[in-house]
Amino acid sequence: MKIAVLIKQVPGAESALPINSEAIGVQEDQVSFLMNESDSYALEEAQKIIEAQGSGEVVAISLGPDRVQKIIREALAKGADRGIHLQSEASGLVDPLTLAKQFAKVLESEHFDLIFSGLQSDDSGMGQTGIILGELLNMATASLVVETELGENSLKVKRELEAGWFQWVTLTLPASISIQSGLNQPRYPSLRGIMGAKKKELKIVPESDFIVDGEKQSIRKVFVPKTDKRTEMIDGEPDAVVARLVEILKNDVKVL
Amino acid sequence: MDILVVLESSNGSLHRMSREAIVGAQSLAAENGLSIGALSMGADAEQIASIVTSYNIDEVLVVNNDLLSPYNADGFAECVKQVVEQESPTLVVIGHTYQTRDYFPKVSARLDKPFIPDVISMNKENDSFVFTKTVFNGKLGSEVVSNDSACTLISFQAAAFSDENIMSGSATTRQVDISLEPGNVKSTSEAPFQEEAGGVDLSSADLIVSVGRGIEKEDNIPMAKELANALNGELASSRPVVDAGWLPSSHQVGSSGQSVSPNLYIALGISGAIQHVVGMKGSKNIIAINKDADAPIFEIADYGVVGNVLDIVPKLTEVIKG
Ligand SMILES: Cc1cc2nc3c(=O)[nH]c(=O)nc-3n(C[C@H](O)[C@H](O)[C@H](O)COP(=O)(O)OP(=O)(O)OC[C@H]3O[C@@H](n4cnc5c(N)ncnc54)[C@H](O)[C@@H]3O)c2cc1C
Repeated sequence: MKIAVLIKQVPGAESALPINSEAIGVQEDQVSFLMNESDSYALEEAQKIIEAQGSGEVVAISLGPDRVQKIIREALAKGADRGIHLQSEASGLVDPLTLAKQFAKVLESEHFDLIFSGLQSDDSGMGQTGIILGELLNMATASLVVETELGENSLKVKRELEAGWFQWVTLTLPASISIQSGLNQPRYPSLRGIMGAKKKELKIVPESDFIVDGEKQSIRKVFVPKTDKRTEMIDGEPDAVVARLVEILKNDVKVL
Repeated sequence: MDILVVLESSNGSLHRMSREAIVGAQSLAAENGLSIGALSMGADAEQIASIVTSYNIDEVLVVNNDLLSPYNADGFAECVKQVVEQESPTLVVIGHTYQTRDYFPKVSARLDKPFIPDVISMNKENDSFVFTKTVFNGKLGSEVVSNDSACTLISFQAAAFSDENIMSGSATTRQVDISLEPGNVKSTSEAPFQEEAGGVDLSSADLIVSVGRGIEKEDNIPMAKELANALNGELASSRPVVDAGWLPSSHQVGSSGQSVSPNLYIALGISGAIQHVVGMKGSKNIIAINKDADAPIFEIADYGVVGNVLDIVPKLTEVIKG
């Protein structure tokens, strides 16, 4: 059993997001990057499956500039067996169809049984790459997966539907699924894992190996959203803030 | 036809976000003199078609095919692909539902056409459309253009258009055939089900204190619970709090959880991601406390405090208790 996990490096939830001078993305040197949240759930799920099988491998794969090797190393430290870095200077706000074609070019020869990805990235929020990649490689696909059960030559997944509903879907193998947060508790790397990660294979694939035709969609502008809602902003020391909040609760919302 | 709206059934009725997508298509059509077709497929194809024939669209296309029932991603993707090839719309629109997330990327791959998801608004410049969507979890906005002049797929974010604005009219119906082989379908679906009914019912709550990841750790949950008790309200949360196991899933507010509309919703350390906001924006009054002045939750809050919940909440509870 060979499982690929697509991981993306994205600005962390607490990161500053200053818009860059071309206004088509953010100033990367001022951003603190992390592994995309749902991707870390995808990685954990792949590792659990391989551990339960007792054999096989988990391959952590990321596309981006050299900084993304940090999250590949992190995946290796958590226990992934090897890594692949598709070197690209493209911004994180890229066309998912282009991205998936690039992954397909590089990964086709690997013949993965399963491809796991996070449901959507915290930067572009497209939510498509893993599913399109599955399509391009002629695999079964499913999104919003919140539980997996590996069968004989199939993968049974529980999909989240809207408003608290779920559904079980059985996929033939090979399959590419995108994972929703919360289906497991992602592990932290151990000290031994961190030391061991340095010795694991991290293959670097240059961009010239995965050239595809032009982007199908492009970001023309990034901006700070405007709001027409009038929000009363309450400033000051905690005591003053609390006093004003109590007034609001009493006089405006009338719950006291 | 110029615009094809792809419909979704929600237990036999038209999904609210399909109605919103029709409203989006109608406004585009009115401004630019375009024609609209709607596609109804799957188990409820006829039933859904009979609902939309009373709206102001030109034509409803109905696909009856046994392999489209129950819903499966391969069948639905192939159906949309073949209908788009037959009808050549320049714009294919759909609501950004969970089902859309599951199969629309496949349509994009099969047609080799761009899919711009989660669009909140659009306008026409010269001869092409510019679509607006949020990026970085709602913290920034972006303008996206399609580089394919023949056909573009887009999905609308929940509430991008109000379904109250749907224009009625009368549409003709046409049966459309597609070719689908059992071998094309690589999955088998079981019936949808609901997990552990029970837990808290937040839908009728009058006052909700809701905690997000900004509560920082499980040990701080009782602090929020005390505020909820002091105000006679219910405790709720965002998804990460449930994911971490700090509260049971019945507390989750949002697109995957409960929809609430209390008189007062107090959001503690919640950033205001769209999937959370769709579940609580109907609240009459919203108070948000967040240490990040740029958090999107302040865009919908009536009262906003930029500050640390861990400092403010205990003090607030104390004063309320008197
Ligand atoms: C298909 C799908 C379905 C989803 N369904 C849901 C759903 O049903 N419900 C839901 O909630 N989410 C849902 N999500 C997740 C959603 O996108 C967000 O990730 C989630 O709502 C974020 O939760 P949060 O605001 O608690 O955390 P974060 O986004 O991490 O925000 C934490 C906030 O707390 C602030 N903060 C941190 N520390 C403090 C402090 N000490 N004092 C004050 N403020 C502080 C930070 O500034 C930040 O704004 C879904 C996502 C997808 C893709």
